[in-house]
Amino acid sequence: MSHAFVEVQNATKRFPGTGKHALPLTVFENISFGLNKGEFVCIIGHSGCGKSTIMNALAGLDQFSEGSMVMENKEIKGPGLERGVVFQNYSLLPWLTALENVRFGVRARWKAWSDREVTEHSMKYLKMVGLQEVVNRKPSQLSGGMRQRVSIARAFATKPKLLLLDEPFGALDALTRGVIQDELIKIWSQDQQTVFMITHDVDEAILLADRIFLMTNGPHARIAEAVEIDLPRPRQRASIIKHPHFYTIRNYLVDFLVNRSSELRSEKPSGHGMLYPTPVDPVRQSSPECATETASASPDTESHQNLVNFTPKETRHG
Amino acid sequence: MSRDATAEKLSLNVRAALLAIVLLVVGLGVWEGVNHSPLMGGNETLSEYEQLLAGADERASVPPPSEIAAKAWKELSNPFYDAGPNDKGIGIQLGYSLYRVLSGYLMAALVAIPIGFLIGMSPLAYKALNPFIQVLRPISPLAWMPLALFIIRDSEASAIFVIFICSIWPMLLNTAFGVAGVRNDWVNVARTHELTSLQTAFKVILPAAAPTILTGMRISIGIAWLVIVAAEMLVGGTGIGYYVWNEWNNLDLTSVIFSILMIGVVGMLLDMALAYIARFVTYAE
Ligand SMILES: Nc1ncnc2c1ncn2[C@@H]1O[C@H](COP(=O)(O)OP(=O)(O)OP(=O)(O)O)[C@@H](O)[C@H]1O
Ligand SMILES: [Mg+2]
Repeated sequence: MSHAFVEVQNATKRFPGTGKHALPLTVFENISFGLNKGEFVCIIGHSGCGKSTIMNALAGLDQFSEGSMVMENKEIKGPGLERGVVFQNYSLLPWLTALENVRFGVRARWKAWSDREVTEHSMKYLKMVGLQEVVNRKPSQLSGGMRQRVSIARAFATKPKLLLLDEPFGALDALTRGVIQDELIKIWSQDQQTVFMITHDVDEAILLADRIFLMTNGPHARIAEAVEIDLPRPRQRASIIKHPHFYTIRNYLVDFLVNRSSELRSEKPSGHGMLYPTPVDPVRQSSPECATETASASPDTESHQNLVNFTPKETRHG
Repeated sequence: MSRDATAEKLSLNVRAALLAIVLLVVGLGVWEGVNHSPLMGGNETLSEYEQLLAGADERASVPPPSEIAAKAWKELSNPFYDAGPNDKGIGIQLGYSLYRVLSGYLMAALVAIPIGFLIGMSPLAYKALNPFIQVLRPISPLAWMPLALFIIRDSEASAIFVIFICSIWPMLLNTAFGVAGVRNDWVNVARTHELTSLQTAFKVILPAAAPTILTGMRISIGIAWLVIVAAEMLVGGTGIGYYVWNEWNNLDLTSVIFSILMIGVVGMLLDMALAYIARFVTYAE
């Protein structure tokens, strides 16, 4: 048995076909992967390949047709507080204020806490995402970015062991996106939770992830590769692009999405055992001697770190 | 720009109020004027019934607004007097009607909202109960009256039963509709936070469906107030419906018109009360 924090094995999802004699639609088939504790994993793939389906299954809101999911050696059956979810559409309760929405999660998590403790804890996380001044507004009175931050605060405040983020920044403009990415890194580096995140943004994935799962196109999709991102942390949006390995990784990912994701689909993998994604290190692959540069590159990155650094305050007035 | 818009809006409200006052004054003026001129047409154009009325009263015309205003002043300055079964103040009569409406209505709410919840949550309950609802709903509430009188053997309780049966449907259907329409995302939020079914019902589904439920409650109170007048005309004894009918039998048209106005005003107040409550549960998405 494997000892990864989360283990998904031989997962398959089929939907019944539409029409009378239609074959069932196999979204993905025989997917296996593991998530290590404290790891930040992003998953990238074209629309409709089944990313949300995997995430909903991990959240316990949906089930695989076949396959098993284990977290800390316990099977995942149904939703649970040890797994926090940030939904693509925020899913805040519109009749509650921002504070009450976060309190909703905190209260559910720690039932014995006094009202004051619940409020204090919720406020702490709302402050972390820079929303302390708007806590008494309803979601309809908040901007899209603010709603997303409330949703992130709600998920992090319950301190789940595994955080599932379904395209959390999909609807945001580049500037707001950057601000919230920074906040996400900040909270994640404090609490060291395991994060599994769907994104369509290659740069975002490189900035955040330890590993990036690449999914081939559906139907019959699979997770073909797991790209290791060994850029030094803490990473800054402004300076990471100056890292010598950044474009090697980026080009590799873009090439996968543009060309190989559809090629790989027809190329059936051999064997019937568990198919884990192939680990890939694009840097080592492109030029083996380049890999040794990593060490000398990191001090250089450090010096750039504070050159350009958005803070939430700067952009809010912009 | 926005100031212009508010100014324009204000002037629209002012203009609307002015127009309403003009319409009221003109309407009342014409009504008053018609009453002071001799009846239009000759006696030969009157039907037998009208001739009968004319014989019963010197002036068979509809009473003018001034008379009604005087009557209103007299009645409203002492609304709660009680001088025997056929002579009670308008306040007492309205009180009886309100008591019947509210007790029937509240009982209906206690039944309709939980059942509506059940129907909204469970497709099985919906499918099983739907045929009954579809048959029972179009029945005129007054059609229940004879059966109610026979079974309950009490006119007071029968009137309340009729209110109960007519208020139940809008509340039931709106609750079911509201509950069934709660966004799946919100239910998923409850599920990922491990809420029990009871907690989910009270913390997520009820607040989410509350605006729709209150719309149903508002429709119901309107219907209940429509029906109580007719029901009290049938069962008699007390209440605003009985009062209207009794004054008609006394050929006191001034009182009839006055009570018609009172029915309208009370109905409006009931509706406003529920609209006020609804403001606390509505939310913008
Ligand atoms: N209830 C359903 N019935 C039938 N097919 C479904 C159902 N839900 C999803 N699918 C199919 O499953 C596939 C995967 O859907 P999923 O939502 O997981 O995609 P995704 O990778 O998250 O896409 P996107 O990036 O656009 O969000 C799609 O092709 C979709 O058509
Ligand atoms: Mg999706």
